[in-house]
Formats: sequence, structure tokens, C-alpha cells
Amino acid sequence: MKIFLEKEQKHVEVKGNTVSEILANLEINPTTVIVSKNGNLVIGEEKITSKDNITIFTVVSGG
Amino acid sequence: MVCKKCDTEPVYLLTSGVRLCRSCFIKYFEKKVRKTIRINNLIEKGDKICVAISGGKDSLTVLNILNTLTKKKNFELFALLIDEGIKNYRDFTIKDAEKFCNENKIKLHIVSFKDELGYTLDEMIKILGMKPCTVCGVFRRYLLNKKARELKANKLATGHNMDDEAQTVIMNQFKKNIDVSARLGPMTGVKDDKRFIRRIKPLYLMSEKEVGTYAFLKQLMGKFTECTYENDSFRGDVRDMLNDFEMKHHGVKNNIITSFLEILPMLKNKYKNKSTINACISCKEPTSSDQCKACELKDKLKEKA
Repeated sequence: MKIFLEKEQKHVEVKGNTVSEILANLEINPTTVIVSKNGNLVIGEEKITSKDNITIFTVVSGG
Repeated sequence: MVCKKCDTEPVYLLTSGVRLCRSCFIKYFEKKVRKTIRINNLIEKGDKICVAISGGKDSLTVLNILNTLTKKKNFELFALLIDEGIKNYRDFTIKDAEKFCNENKIKLHIVSFKDELGYTLDEMIKILGMKPCTVCGVFRRYLLNKKARELKANKLATGHNMDDEAQTVIMNQFKKNIDVSARLGPMTGVKDDKRFIRRIKPLYLMSEKEVGTYAFLKQLMGKFTECTYENDSFRGDVRDMLNDFEMKHHGVKNNIITSFLEILPMLKNKYKNKSTINACISCKEPTSSDQCKACELKDKLKEKA
């Protein structure tokens, strides 16, 4: 599925059924980001599908 | 799994494993900041607090929470923004800061490197050939203290969070700068020296991720922005190391800070007579040596420009 990286201002293609899985597949440390699903913040265990609008916000510098 | 308290969708998972929805997270966050202020006696009746803001998530979070407490705790506040002159960064965050202060009727003072020192940070870096964070840090600290004092503030509130402090504690350990750690904590500065404005850190016990979550939920700024200059590489390495540890072993940053707070009174006692405060021979601002770092850099700028 396609998700949006706010810091880099770009879309990337990634596989995963939950927020934790897409972060792991993108090699992003979950303690450094927050993730929104259709505009609402969600936590790692949240299930996601290709129909969802997912954005990853980097809130901790570096990493 | 739903919020522990009200059976709605969670937006945050605490390191303890507790899930919190939007409303419960905001309550948790604000309560913990108020508790930090109360137990460390950061704010007293009649204080005039200068909130150092950049327009980023940390400083706008501090400003937002302190602004809700002014009547209850009977203190005044205003905001101070230092415009270093960093193209494609500060110009954006200034807009967020101005918008927030306008909407919340908070007096905002903007002081620029260009007006006060003759050059923007971008220009200084080219002239001096030094690391941007070093130059920026020296002049920011200098101007924040000087301007807060001129504006009659008795305290300076900053957006330092738990991550910032944990990094500094570890950096000081790695560099054997324990005397520097003795000057850390939720409130710093010397109470009876009017040249130094005491600094308070209301977000001392909040992780950077918690602050980011709060700022997002409260829509405090347009977007998350980062300085275009690369961070100090040593701090960057420590930060990445702590983030890796935090991912594998939840709560390590909090443990660093809580254990540091236990030994801090002993460190302060040990180093209480080790540093004297002099007046800078050039500008009369407080310094631990004969000339302050800001004047040293100003002299270098004159030489090399």
C-alpha cells in the first residue's frame, strides 16, 4: 500500500497489515514517529488496509 | 484494544502498556506537566515568565499549557522568539508562532541575530567556518538571557523535554563533564543573581514523542519542521542510541532521568562552590570566565568578516 512520509513529503509503497508492520518494513523506529490513519492518530497494533490514508510524522529528530 | 479509561479508540500507548484515547491522553499530559511544575516549584505567585519559543512543537506546547495556568497561579507571561536567520526554516516557524500568539492574545517579542549581532546565522557560518549548532547555541543563550532580563522577566521557560535532558546527561557522562550535569534539572540558574534569569523546564518529564502527540492533537502548529542544519553529531549519536534502546527496552529515557534526579542534589552540593560568576569584560553579561562566549564569537566575526 501507499503511505505518506510527512517529513520527506513523499509517498512510499510498503507492505503490512498493521501500523507496527509498516514501520518495521520501512525500518522506522516507532518511538520516533506518530502515525495517522484517515486523519486520526493510531497506535502500533492498529489494522490498516490499502483503502486507508496513512501518514507518518517524524516527531523525534534524527534516527 | 481500547482506551483503558473510556473504551474508545487509543491514540497513544504509554511505556507502561496503558492505551489512551485523545481526550485521556490530553488529560494525562497536562496533569503530568502541572505536577512537574508543582513538585519542582517552577512557578510562584507574581512571577513574570518569558517563554522562549521557536514556533516548534515543544515551545508551543509549553506556551499553550502555561497560558492556561496564568489566572489560577497568578503569574504573567509573554513569548520571546529568537530569529537566527535560517533560510527555509525559521521563516516558517515564525508564522506558526505569530499565529498562535495572535489567536491566544499573547504578547510576542521577536529578536533577530541580524539586528542584534549584525549577521544572520547563515552569514556567520560562512564567515566563521564553525559548526552552526555551536554558534547558534552561544548566541541564542546570550540573547534569551539578556532580552528576558531587559523585558523584566524573572524566569525563562523553555521547551526542553525528557529526551533532550536524557541526551545531555549521557553526553556529560561520556565526556566526563559531571560538573556540567550539576547545573541541569527542571529549574536551573542561581536564585540570588539577578543577571541570570532562572530557567524552568515544564516538559522535563514528558518524552519527545508525547510532546509531538500533544502538539498534533491540539493542532498547535502547521507541520513538524526541523532545522535545516545538521545537529551536533555527538548529540545525534547519543540520541539515536537512546532511541534504539527505548525501542528495545521501553522506559530507559525515563529511567535515566528519574535516577539522575535522585543524584542531582548530591551533584549540586558537591559543585556548589566550584564556579564563580563574573561580569564579561566586554559586555558585562554574566560569565564563568573573563569574557563571555558571545563576545569571543563577536570578536572572531569582526576579525574574519
